[in-house]
Amino acid sequence: MYGKGLRALSISTVVAMTTALALVFFYAPLEAEQGFLQKIFYVHVPLAIVSLCGFVLGGLLAIQHLRTRDPRWDMRSYVAIHMSLIFALATLITGSIWAKGSWGHWWVWNEPTLVSYLIIFLLYATYQPLRFAIEDPERQSRYASVFAITAGAFVPMNFIAVRLSTAYLHPRVLGSTSNLPGPMALTFLVSLAAVALLYATLCKYELTAKHTRAQVRALRRRLSGETARPRGGRSAAPAAPPVKVAPAGRTAP
Amino acid sequence: MSGVAQAPAERPPSARERPGPRPQTGLRRTVAAMLRKELQVELRTLESVPAMTLFSLSTFVIFHFALNRGSVEGDLGAGILWVTLLFASILGVNRLFVADAEEGGFDGFLLAPVERSAMLIAKVLTLLAYLAALELIALPAFALLLLGTPLGPALPGLILTLALADVGVAVIGTLVAAMAVRTRARDLLGPLLALPLFVPIVIGAARASAPLLAASHPTWPALRWLATLGLYDLLFGLIAYALFDFLLED
Amino acid sequence: MSAILIAELPALPLHTAGKYVAGAFIVLFALVLVYVAIMALRLSRLERELGELLALSEQQEAAGGDQLEQRESTLAYPIEAHPPLREAGK
Repeated sequence: MYGKGLRALSISTVVAMTTALALVFFYAPLEAEQGFLQKIFYVHVPLAIVSLCGFVLGGLLAIQHLRTRDPRWDMRSYVAIHMSLIFALATLITGSIWAKGSWGHWWVWNEPTLVSYLIIFLLYATYQPLRFAIEDPERQSRYASVFAITAGAFVPMNFIAVRLSTAYLHPRVLGSTSNLPGPMALTFLVSLAAVALLYATLCKYELTAKHTRAQVRALRRRLSGETARPRGGRSAAPAAPPVKVAPAGRTAP
Repeated sequence: MSGVAQAPAERPPSARERPGPRPQTGLRRTVAAMLRKELQVELRTLESVPAMTLFSLSTFVIFHFALNRGSVEGDLGAGILWVTLLFASILGVNRLFVADAEEGGFDGFLLAPVERSAMLIAKVLTLLAYLAALELIALPAFALLLLGTPLGPALPGLILTLALADVGVAVIGTLVAAMAVRTRARDLLGPLLALPLFVPIVIGAARASAPLLAASHPTWPALRWLATLGLYDLLFGLIAYALFDFLLED
Repeated sequence: MSAILIAELPALPLHTAGKYVAGAFIVLFALVLVYVAIMALRLSRLERELGELLALSEQQEAAGGDQLEQRESTLAYPIEAHPPLREAGK
């Protein structure tokens, strides 16, 4: 059962998000240099951190898939990467807005985080085309896992390399994230927790939806025999095998 | 209750007497054999290396017209050199596994009693050889056509940078080629996967060689960039070694 | 406590910076709302499919019941009506 903890998770997400928003706009002090514009920091950086961790998590889940050959791990890896890609896109957009506000340009090469994100985004954007290009589902999962692990290892290396290349020449545009005073640090942590919970909720939501759809398909196959409606077209998403649910819903999401 | 005398207890056959497949051929011999095969095929068909070389020469000419400059140096020179080498190597990457995929080379390899990583090592060395051949011609051509500063003094540092960067390109190129070759859009997917992975190599190599190609240049590239390249090569070598088997399975 | 809070309360200025901040937060909300919309579509599709499957299963149950009755009526001879076998040799 994928949907078991979904309600608790979404409620805690709502609570965390509301608290974070309240803190951002009513508690956190204005920053000296950038003023009100700095508030974007509380959206942009948590999105960045969560999507980064999500990519690495996708790689770890893919390792599990290759070790156990259980297609459920591949499903989890796919959802993790897919959601992280969306969060990474949001990171790029919010970062671009921040750059425009503080520097006047929609894109700056001086900010190593944004540049690294662009590269990683371009890399993971090939994940779905890769899956789509392989028809055999078992091979699709296997190759996708290899890619997820490679790209997951690439993420930290990429950050280090890009940071090295810009460190000495240009000052950071979007402000340093270290040495945060107390109230700002608290607000940041709560925002980070809120975005992380949002990520977890959306992933679980997605997994539950996919699983439910697979069960419906299995039911249809069983009811109409082998002459079931033909599966239309190839898909980039892994087809979730319907999990036999023990009466107590023991199966782990 | 029969008084049948029991046969003497059967001794399990020792390893030498046991029937079954003989122990595997050593890794080094397998790699050497595969490498020899790859190089022989390349010498006979001349598929990859001439195309890569011609591509790099044409690219230098195009750069001259695109930038409207007679000579380049420093950052710009390093950038042009590395972009050209990178895109030329993608041509080689695209063709690396095509013969194996189309003519059953994978199946043949899987049936042979050899270690699976032999294919990875052999293909990486092959790509490395292609790159070396490419640079043997492209580098003098670059010095002739576009480079404003003399190449001679910069050569030792440049060769070291090239060596480190080539290893990285070869490892990543082989991994990506193996992933892309048995998909439907292999010519498109290969470059798409490879280019973001190449970025740290470009960063390290271009930053390392830019001062070498400047007017007043030191002889050795900064250690920091060489370390970046080396670490990257090591990390991806290990990853490729660990994951390659999963790509070979049918 | 409240004095400290009020001291740190920022006056919310709505000059140009406000637009950018609003834009950034809108991105986040748009993300969540688009996802909700996608899920709503999926849910309605799922509901429709399940409705079809329910109808299909009811249909099969009805058809299955008819089939059972049919099979019983075609048994012209009950199996026991066969003459019992005699002992060999008698």
